[in-house]
Amino acid sequence: MNLRRIMLIAVPYLWLVALFLVPFLIVVKISLSTTAIAIPPYSPTFDLAQGWAGFKDFLSQLSFDNFTFLTQDDLYWKAYLSSLQIAALSTLFTLIVAYPIAYGMARVPDEWRPTLLMLIILPFWTSFLIRVYAWMGILADEGLLNQFLMWLGVISKPLHIMNTPKAVYIGIVYTYLPFMILPIYAALDKMDESLNEAAIDLGASRLSAFWLVTLPMSRPGVIAGCFLVFIPALGEYVIPQLLGGSKTLMIGKVLWDEFFSNRDWPVASAVAVVLLVILIVPIVLFQRNQQKQQEAES
Amino acid sequence: MNKRLSWFNVTSLSLGFAFLYLPMLILIFYSFNASKLVTVWAGFSTKWYVALMHDQPFLDAAWVTLKVAVSSSTLATVLGTMAAITLVRAGRFPGRTLFSGMIYAPLVMPDVITGLSLLLLFIAIGLDRGIFTIMLAHTTFSMCYVSVVVSSRLLTFDRSLEEASMDLGASSFTTFRLVTLPIILPAVVSGWLLAFTLSLDDLVIASFTTGPSSTTLPIKIFSAVRLGVSPEINALSTLMITVVAVGVVGASLVSKRAILKQQREEQEGERV
Repeated sequence: MNLRRIMLIAVPYLWLVALFLVPFLIVVKISLSTTAIAIPPYSPTFDLAQGWAGFKDFLSQLSFDNFTFLTQDDLYWKAYLSSLQIAALSTLFTLIVAYPIAYGMARVPDEWRPTLLMLIILPFWTSFLIRVYAWMGILADEGLLNQFLMWLGVISKPLHIMNTPKAVYIGIVYTYLPFMILPIYAALDKMDESLNEAAIDLGASRLSAFWLVTLPMSRPGVIAGCFLVFIPALGEYVIPQLLGGSKTLMIGKVLWDEFFSNRDWPVASAVAVVLLVILIVPIVLFQRNQQKQQEAES
Repeated sequence: MNKRLSWFNVTSLSLGFAFLYLPMLILIFYSFNASKLVTVWAGFSTKWYVALMHDQPFLDAAWVTLKVAVSSSTLATVLGTMAAITLVRAGRFPGRTLFSGMIYAPLVMPDVITGLSLLLLFIAIGLDRGIFTIMLAHTTFSMCYVSVVVSSRLLTFDRSLEEASMDLGASSFTTFRLVTLPIILPAVVSGWLLAFTLSLDDLVIASFTTGPSSTTLPIKIFSAVRLGVSPEINALSTLMITVVAVGVVGASLVSKRAILKQQREEQEGERV
């Protein structure tokens, strides 16, 4: 081990310990503290000067009250449930929208593909906030969608979409669509077309060849895409805030309000810890799916 | 090959791309609207662009955002590349599992939690919040993206080139500078670009880690947008979308030309 090698490891290592691990431990610690009218607004605070006795004293003051509080006030478990529901349903909708697009892209002549791929990736580079904002003018009661539908004569009264969960679903599907299209396209692109032909030659209809051959072959891409949408959608803040209105309950928004409006740091921290615990399940499953895929490829 | 585009494929592709692009095109279209009401067309005008150019708070916020994005993405590229080399090349060292965990965890961490935890850290150590703390926060999450991009390139390249250079007497640092870095450079550049756009785009983490005096563009846009749609924001969005579109299309043309050139050289090499 020479000095250069140690530096190479130590600099990013220490950076992440200081700015990722330690902050996270602080969140866990504050989630076990109680709210106090003081600066900082929680107790106990950990005093290094008192040494071991101070540490023991500090430990004995920690409590799980915030977590019990989360189970007692139905705002919180309702927010968790509704976040899970919104994330799961919008993942499903994204899949339904994305699959035909990815399937079409995999069948397009080779010379078009780079252009189409670039067109899928381009929105990913443009500001997330702006892409969400773009829908505000479309979905509003006097917005463009309602104007258009009324002009067509499909509806006589404006549809109420803005400031309801429906607008959140549309926002999530729209902003996360590339995350679903790309892995499905990658899986379909690798597929051997002759398998499909073989199925059709052996008497399968086009639909059953798709159902029995193409769909199972694209499964790893579908699974990866679903996780890539579900995991960030669960903790989403911007979309429910801008499109969902006050009626849409999502945990990211609750955490934000708890911190900025109520200034209740311990409860905000407890909300964060519980959200992470919920997220661990899909993250571990996703990791396993990726590992399996890598092993299958090598 | 019997891949035919069915009417179903054509329809789904057209509808899909319309869905992806119509909202942005509508946004751009209405930025040239003379009326203050965003959804009523009242003739062509560029007055919102003029208004934007004279809106000092917006210009200030854009400047803050640019400073944060350039500094954090540069620092993140250095740290992320170091982390990638460590992950791929360093072999076993104490705490390796923790290290790779810390690289991958921020990628899936919800922004609200990252923001909250960093803010609590800055308060705990008594650091004044402002441009510097946003920069620290952005560097931390974007270095993880950089390291993922760079390590995927490091995994696929031929190590014998490095070994040859070492055998010929180059030190490990010279080898890195003359052999490794040129090969991974495209990945390092795309890592930088990714870190840069992530920083430009971030609202949630910046809102937690900023102080009262420094406002970034997303924070400014967000607080304006909460009150409703405004033509000035449309104008600003149009400028941002244009810059990104030109950048992405330009970069893809450049890389396409590089690939074509490489293919030509390879063909000529085969002929010789």
